[in-house]
Amino acid sequence: MDLTALADCVTTASCLVTQTTSGLIVGMLLFLVAAGLTLIFGVLKIVNFAHGTFYMLGAYLAFTVFQITDSYTLGVLAGGVGMAIFGAVFERVLIARVYGANVLMQLLICYAVVLICDDLVKIIWGADFKAMGMPPEFQVPPLFIAGGVVPPFYILLITVALVIGGGLGLTLALTRIGKIIRAAAHNPSMVSALGINTTLLYSLVFAVGGALAGLAGGLAAPVRSLTPGMGFSILIESFIVTVIGGMGSIAGALIAAIVLGLIRSFGTIGFPLFTEGLMFIVMIIILVVKPSGLFGKEIV
Amino acid sequence: MLRSALLRDIAIGAAVILILLLLPMFLPSKAFQDFVIRCASMALFATSLNMLVGYTGLTSFGHGMFYGLGTYSFALLMQRTQLSMPMAFLLTLAITAVTATVVGAICIRLRLIYFAFVTLAMQMLMHSIIISWVGLTGGDQGLQGGIPRRVVAGFDLGNQHSLYIASGVALVLGLIAMRHIVGSSFGTSLRMIRDNEARAAFLGIIVWRVKLAVFVISAMFATVGGVIMSLFISGAYPELINWPISGDAIFAIVMGGIGSFLGPTVGTMILLLLNDLVTRQTQYYGLALGIIILVFALGLRRGVVDFVIQRLGFRTAGGVS
Repeated sequence: MDLTALADCVTTASCLVTQTTSGLIVGMLLFLVAAGLTLIFGVLKIVNFAHGTFYMLGAYLAFTVFQITDSYTLGVLAGGVGMAIFGAVFERVLIARVYGANVLMQLLICYAVVLICDDLVKIIWGADFKAMGMPPEFQVPPLFIAGGVVPPFYILLITVALVIGGGLGLTLALTRIGKIIRAAAHNPSMVSALGINTTLLYSLVFAVGGALAGLAGGLAAPVRSLTPGMGFSILIESFIVTVIGGMGSIAGALIAAIVLGLIRSFGTIGFPLFTEGLMFIVMIIILVVKPSGLFGKEIV
Repeated sequence: MLRSALLRDIAIGAAVILILLLLPMFLPSKAFQDFVIRCASMALFATSLNMLVGYTGLTSFGHGMFYGLGTYSFALLMQRTQLSMPMAFLLTLAITAVTATVVGAICIRLRLIYFAFVTLAMQMLMHSIIISWVGLTGGDQGLQGGIPRRVVAGFDLGNQHSLYIASGVALVLGLIAMRHIVGSSFGTSLRMIRDNEARAAFLGIIVWRVKLAVFVISAMFATVGGVIMSLFISGAYPELINWPISGDAIFAIVMGGIGSFLGPTVGTMILLLLNDLVTRQTQYYGLALGIIILVFALGLRRGVVDFVIQRLGFRTAGGVS
């Protein structure tokens, strides 16, 4: 533990800015992944243990499309669209068979998909670390805010994540399909009785969740090294976010993701070996004090 | 009735131990003994998890914390103190019992998926503590330096054959003990809590007390599995308390079947056999294992032992009517 280093950092403007921005990008990526996870749980009551795999595949897809087309935008879109399709297929072919089954059966199916996809990534892209590198548009000098270094790419990443999150929240709150999704989360059989195709709706929710994770993967690709196991750590952290924010709550996921990102970035200065432990302590406290999470009342 | 069941189990157990004693004469294979030792360790752990999952309906994702705690406590007690091995073993059980009481008291307040997540978080917290407490645990390098003084009652458990026999005996005794715990009136309470918690409470079962008791009991059996593993690998490593160890146990009980007592043991054998056979054939272990899981899970939709029992049950019922 190095509390003096932490105190030094918090009291220095430059370090504070640098750590806060890096905490925010961690938080934003986490938010995109966790938002899909929490949406799927809210509507389908399924814990998608393969969600980290969507993120990983999104990142690799973006990596390859970027290498072929030299367009980062296309790469990120490919990650999002590709994972939307993958999510819908995954739901139809596998998850749909275990609705209502024991949660462990769902866990086992997801675990199998994680194992298969990790190895497929090894076969297609290789087991070694892959670095996409910063797209040329963003190879510009960083901004200096109060002496802290802020790469322009980080600002883009935070903005895009917020726009996607805001769009998702507004869609759920205001549009017809959003209302249907919220209604299905509340009472699926009633929604079905009203003549709405819930089968299609479930696939759609999985597609949206997949798209969010795929976009997050694509957005993360320039600042993260790509490895076949990269889905797992983000999965565990997304679980923490979902639990803290309240399972099913998008707003809760946003706040919890930011808090977690900040704990991570400041924790690495104060207690580098125990940052993870700290996140788990927060998770345990929240679960014990308020199991439904900070924003657990909202359904979706 | 119960007594005859106990006698039958003891007879079967004695037969299994006899077979294990005789087998090395016909099959002098070191790999086979390795397999039995690992199997004993893992099967005790998986069966203990099934006391929570299958019998009480408490889906724990963090049961591996007690397995790992067993390896670390035992290895540390042997390295750092002068206690004899049986004493270190008993003290390890005591450490687990106390830890499980504290952890359990916090966890059993939660239900369903929240219980699963809080147990996972507890395990990962313990993993983080072990990783960061380098002075005591060796951090991510693990506890090295081996385990001294492994002779007990003339048996040197550093010797593979002795450890093989000891593990087999521990497995048989552990399984008999667990079978009779779940077969007792306490076990009936567990199943009632699983099926209808409110009704159990109405009938005067103090639900939290029963849940906490089974949490602690199952943790202690998991720790025995951990101690065997610690003896087998001569130390303790962070992998033994990381999340995949809980994943392996869940995998074993779901593959074997959560509805039958021996399901987890069979599941463990399937898991270890798959592990050994597939890693020998291909470097893409995950791909092969994943496909096998999908075929099993979607094909049978239940554990192997559950599937067989249901099939046989169906046939005999059909034959009678």
